Amino acid sequence: MAEVVVDGVVYKVNPDNNMLQECLSQGLDLPYFCWHPCMGSVGACRQCAVKQYRDADDKDGVLVMACMTPATDGTIISIEDPQAKDMREKVIESLMISHPHDCPVCEEGGECHLQDMTLMSGHNYRRYDKKKITHRNQYLGPFINHEMNRCITCYRCVRFYDDYAGGTDLAAQASHHHTYFGRYEEGVLESEFSGNLVEVCPTGVFTDKAFSENYTRKWDLQVAPSVCTGCSVGCNTTPGERYGSLRRIVNRYNSEINGYFICDRGRFGFDYVNSEDRIKVPLTLNGTGMEAVSDEELQAAIESYRGADVIGIASPRASNESNFALRSLVGHENFYSGISDSEHEATQLILSLARDTVFNFPSVREIEKADAILVVGEDITNIAPRIALALRQSVKNKAKELAEGCNIPTWQDAAVKELAQHDRSPLAILSSFTTRLDDVASDVLIDSPSALPGIASAIAYKISDKAPSVNSNENANSRIADQLVSAKRPLVIAGSSAGNIGLIQAAANIARALNDKRGEPIDLCLVVPEVNTIGMSMLVNGTNSLGVALNKLQSGAATKVIVLENDLYRHASSTEVDAALDKANGVLVIDQMPTRTTAKASTLLPSTSFSEHEATYVNYEGRAQLSFQVHRSHTSALPAWSWLSEQQREDIDVLINRCAEEAPNFNKLDNLLPDLNEFVASMKIPRQSHRYSGRTAMKANLNVHEPKQPVDDQSVMSFSMEGIPVTSDTPVLGAAWAPAWNSNQSISKFQEEVNGELKQGHIGELLIERNESGDYLDVTTPKVSDSGLQLSIAYQIFGSDELSAKSSRIQQRMTDAYVAISPSDAQSLGLNQGDEVSLDSNQHVAVACIRSKIKEGTAALYCGDNDIDRHALGATIALTKITDANLSRGIKGLIVSDLYEEGC
Amino acid sequence: MVTKPLTKNIDMSRPPLDINAYEANDGYQSIKAIAAGLSPGDVLQVVKDSGLKGRGGAGFPTGLKWSFVPQGDNAPKQKYFVVNADEMEPGTFKDRLLMEGDPHLLLEGMILGSYTIQASVAYIFLRGEYKASENTLRQAISEAYDKGYLGKNILNTGFDLDIILHTSAGRYICGEETALLNALEGKRANPRAKPPFPQVSGLWGKPTIVNNVETVCNLPGILTYGVDWYHGLTEGIDHGTKLFGISGRVKTPGCWELPLGVTIREVIEKYGGGMREGYGLRAFLPGGGSTDFMLPEHLDLPFDYDEIAKVGSRLATGTMILLDDKTCPVGMIGNLMKFFAHESCGFCTPCRDGLPWVDEIFNEFESGRGSEKDLQILHEHVDYLGPGRTFCALAPGATAPLGSGLRIFAEDFHRHIKEKRCPYKH
Amino acid sequence: MSENLIATTAIKARQLSEEEIKEIEHELELYPDKQAVGLEALKIVQKHQGWVSDESLLAISKYLDLPVADLESVATFFNLVYRQPVGKNVILFCNSVSCWIMGCDEMRTHINDKLGVDFGGTTEDGRFTFLPVPCLGDCDRAPVMMVGDDLHRNLTPEKINQIISDYQGKA
Ligand SMILES: Cc1cc2nc3c(=O)[nH]c(=O)nc-3n(C[C@H](O)[C@H](O)[C@H](O)COP(=O)(O)O)c2cc1C
Ligand code: SF4
Ligand code: FES
Repeated sequence: MAEVVVDGVVYKVNPDNNMLQECLSQGLDLPYFCWHPCMGSVGACRQCAVKQYRDADDKDGVLVMACMTPATDGTIISIEDPQAKDMREKVIESLMISHPHDCPVCEEGGECHLQDMTLMSGHNYRRYDKKKITHRNQYLGPFINHEMNRCITCYRCVRFYDDYAGGTDLAAQASHHHTYFGRYEEGVLESEFSGNLVEVCPTGVFTDKAFSENYTRKWDLQVAPSVCTGCSVGCNTTPGERYGSLRRIVNRYNSEINGYFICDRGRFGFDYVNSEDRIKVPLTLNGTGMEAVSDEELQAAIESYRGADVIGIASPRASNESNFALRSLVGHENFYSGISDSEHEATQLILSLARDTVFNFPSVREIEKADAILVVGEDITNIAPRIALALRQSVKNKAKELAEGCNIPTWQDAAVKELAQHDRSPLAILSSFTTRLDDVASDVLIDSPSALPGIASAIAYKISDKAPSVNSNENANSRIADQLVSAKRPLVIAGSSAGNIGLIQAAANIARALNDKRGEPIDLCLVVPEVNTIGMSMLVNGTNSLGVALNKLQSGAATKVIVLENDLYRHASSTEVDAALDKANGVLVIDQMPTRTTAKASTLLPSTSFSEHEATYVNYEGRAQLSFQVHRSHTSALPAWSWLSEQQREDIDVLINRCAEEAPNFNKLDNLLPDLNEFVASMKIPRQSHRYSGRTAMKANLNVHEPKQPVDDQSVMSFSMEGIPVTSDTPVLGAAWAPAWNSNQSISKFQEEVNGELKQGHIGELLIERNESGDYLDVTTPKVSDSGLQLSIAYQIFGSDELSAKSSRIQQRMTDAYVAISPSDAQSLGLNQGDEVSLDSNQHVAVACIRSKIKEGTAALYCGDNDIDRHALGATIALTKITDANLSRGIKGLIVSDLYEEGC
Repeated sequence: MVTKPLTKNIDMSRPPLDINAYEANDGYQSIKAIAAGLSPGDVLQVVKDSGLKGRGGAGFPTGLKWSFVPQGDNAPKQKYFVVNADEMEPGTFKDRLLMEGDPHLLLEGMILGSYTIQASVAYIFLRGEYKASENTLRQAISEAYDKGYLGKNILNTGFDLDIILHTSAGRYICGEETALLNALEGKRANPRAKPPFPQVSGLWGKPTIVNNVETVCNLPGILTYGVDWYHGLTEGIDHGTKLFGISGRVKTPGCWELPLGVTIREVIEKYGGGMREGYGLRAFLPGGGSTDFMLPEHLDLPFDYDEIAKVGSRLATGTMILLDDKTCPVGMIGNLMKFFAHESCGFCTPCRDGLPWVDEIFNEFESGRGSEKDLQILHEHVDYLGPGRTFCALAPGATAPLGSGLRIFAEDFHRHIKEKRCPYKH
Repeated sequence: MSENLIATTAIKARQLSEEEIKEIEHELELYPDKQAVGLEALKIVQKHQGWVSDESLLAISKYLDLPVADLESVATFFNLVYRQPVGKNVILFCNSVSCWIMGCDEMRTHINDKLGVDFGGTTEDGRFTFLPVPCLGDCDRAPVMMVGDDLHRNLTPEKINQIISDYQGKA
């Protein structure tokens, strides 16, 4: 702790930080642009000018940039000094000389950091009357709009996009006041994190394209704290709704998980919620077609799903409450996993590792602290994108260490980078094909799916000879083992997506070996594909796999089935699912969008989407989080649990409490519910901002009388602008806002300190208690035949997630199913880049994608939006060229670094 | 006694001396002294004792700068010595003379500097337009390799050095030492924050010294003839000789090596031949475009660092730009402002967006549309672009002629406004 | 079906010449980092081609495995990298302060009248591109300009006429 003086007041601060950060942490208002809480300082914008004094006797002082001034003990500064204020006003005036006067039509207006800082700095009269500089804008793809004239040249975009997120196709161009930020030519921004530009840019240069096309001011959005359902990371988001449609999603700060950034799947993958294709009314089978039913008929239909012969199939994308409600309805023993059998087995293994005291399942923030990482067979960027972004930060720990050695503060962003050059903390990747993290990896070992578990096992054995003995002379294995052993905080990553349980077993053995060596819990990050794979799996019995359920139906041991928000064709082969569902004499399906499974329903019930209900989900770490309802559904859709609970429309709180009581390991779930004692006079938290406009007129086309605000008696939040005002004490925080801080930068007003926890908590609850001690595992090796190519399943951030793939923006970035093979395999099969091929000579077709960095003899199959019946395929596949499939998308726009080009 | 150590070999009417001729005139003696046992610490001490100040503009003591480079076993293995030969300061034409006239002198100095800090690679950052310098330097470098002054195990000292000639792709900001390092690394030449200083983390994050051509050219003499000789070259407080130059309407503009402390009058009248017929001296910038105007009343001041600083300007590059009484001072400052605005790297706000505004205002003055309001804005920019407010010294450099000019030539600015035209145009 | 399947860019990299590759390879020995060579490669390509076309930019990017955006970022930063075609002879005309005092504006007008192009322009016959350049460091012999690699000092209208006709005389 250091003591510094700001305008005569003494503050206790952290001397490792800079004065701007510490001023903000103390709640002081000091304008800035180029500094970012997560990206440090570069001193470019000169907006944070303050007066610094040598000592108490120094009356003159000098102007310095707070962001470039260390908060060392005894530092004396003044924010209020007239010269400093004048400087800040001048900086804004400069920034504005070529800025367009387009606030009224600018998408950033009302949440613009530039607007806020302009006001805060006191610049309010334009004196510049000369010619403005203007720029041309670029087409940057379906996600992001470009309006360069609004640029204030703070360099944040490229610092985020290139330095933070590892993008390579956005850069600063030209110089002096012609400096320009864009791609070298028009085209889709390649980074999976491009959407963060919208929030990183302090003005309206990079804006959300979809939102712009259906625009609403920030203050007119109805919002609530939500959790992204795109993958198992569980990033926190704030979706915004107006006129009954969901308009956009922005990041919601969570110190343990996503911090300030989310991925593009999470940000742009939501508009299926507004889709015309949504299932809107309950339907039942009548003769050959589905038709709407009366309430009584519906009741009767639902009632018929009670009894011992009814089984329930759970869902990895449904909330804990819906899964729990289904389990309560059909009984624990009749409640089956909704994921493929291999994934089920893998997930059960992950759950048992979650209880083991030798491991720690790290949060994203903890992942960022790792200084030696081994990824065992997971394509993290496409499975759990936000973790990939975190890994890009972990490898920078080496640079920080070097900087500390040279007394360079770690917030000196450019200096730290310069000092370290290409020196990074080790990141080793075992994979069958090159992944998007290879550019920062120290070792990339590419081998076939059947060989990977063996390599990982060899590394485990190199670390500790207590691990099952697997010998290898590979230098790389020893090197990786050494790196993990000697690191301050090693991290091992694996997961279930590759369908290769051996990888998880071997990864666990590596972590256990490290524990043997170091005697402390080892970070073991095991990722799963979907938002609630873990929560669902915690609720099912280990023996209740999907295969057993389908068998039961097919054999007649069960006659009716309730399928909860799940397209079974994604988790088992078509033959198996068809056989089971065709045999059943009652198939009740609850879902949001039509799927092949809903087409088999005899009763089909519409359920609400993530933004239309309150729910909890459990992320990859076992962290449960509460996601609030943002808006009401305007159809007959109900939360799935609501259809299933005995007293229909049971209160969600009651259900959460019951789940906490009844389901093992869920006992902390009810901690997520806001503490009602914090609510003054039982006032609710408004979902609408205090500036929400047009409420009285919104429905004037239907009725000129102001409608009564809908009452939400289920939630602590209200569909209204009345209630507890947003302050740092607000128990639930939707959109951050503070007086004078209308942009997302207001978040610092809600943090304990910059980058600290939110004052309202909200980091969720780790559910699973670690109280078991396990042992080394036998490592399973996939059995493969000699003929054909070994199959490895590949994922795409845009396309592999069922619901986001139904989103119009995401669809613009999706490709057809493809099968990636090496140039030599392509040659021997007579395949060219982009040829269409059939798999095992059946009706499934994919595009041949020849990649230069994939193991020979391996085929990495991306199944598109479940366009391929992958569960019908064995561990090896045969490819045959065909000519007449006419896939519509091809692999145009596929972003991989090693697409093979003829003659290179 | 050698009195013109920098230019003793220079005769622009012939090609520069080749290595043999250079050696014959005491050349590479200092390297032989190293071979005879002079340690890096010894050289450092001599340079410190000499009191040599950097000739690149800031006048920072060279020995002191070198002493910040980490030495010893824990120091990074790789270090770099870089010569700043970017010479783009308006009105500056001294380094060109040295490189075209006597390239071996520069190489000898570089070997000394590199040896002192134990750098095994040295770069010459040469501005791309200096084609003649490029040729003379390439020739000299290859001769020095042939003679064993460069390469591996130089003169059996165990010391290795490669000199690499880098030609710049051109921008004034590349002369700023940290921007120069970025340019050498193939990056945009934005300056870097200091601290950390290049001596600790410079080129590719390694300890690096950046010195001006003329600074480096001082080294061989100091090592060959000794500190006492060096101190004997001048009478004032600053030591050694300096290249002084004059551009503008004097009879014989040019560049001469003279002892520091020579009076300004002597340089202008004796060497520059005084003003041309029909022209009077109105004011002058003593050391290139980023220095404050001085006036005829300062002519008898000795030309050294402190004396010039006392009257609010800087010796800087020592190449004077003379403003005569028939040339519009407003136009001259406007020309400088256009230069600085165009050469801003675009990194920090005041420089990037402030200078173009200043430039626009001068355009208005030029075309007779200048106003009191604009004049006021110019005054404000003098403070706004000043030291400490911008990221590097480019914009503060621009405020030197601007600030002093607004003060000295206030009347001219007002006449532009009143007469709605440039009074110097006929 | 296979054509146009992979969207990268409509523009294709050109083949670097052997000479260019040789020179780039040489630079790779002089700098410990590829990025430094990227800027050198831009200069090399320009030396051979006169300017840096999109095709050249892509060729360098491919050859050195550097992001095109980063190359473009430096190519557009520096004064002496031309991202547009230039004439056979580039006139770098100093318009900084000493030359200005010595009357470079008149010389500029003269060249403009003579060639029919002002700063930034290329003559119709493709012989000259006329560009301003910051102080050429020859201020005692102002006004000055460079044509190609050659420096011309103490410019007068007559001298300029001579220089231009000399270059026009050359093939
Ligand atoms: C905008 C700017 C341009 C500069 N240009 C040059 C230059 O062209 N040549 C030079 O030697 N120093 C130049 N300098 C000074 C250098 O930053 C640095 O101080 C100098 O090279 C140090 O050398 P010295 O210690 O030998 O003087 C410039 C500084 C600034 C701020
Ligand atoms: S003062 Fe700022 S913008 Fe100007 S050259 Fe220096 S860093 Fe660049
Ligand atoms: S925030 Fe401090 S200079 Fe930009």
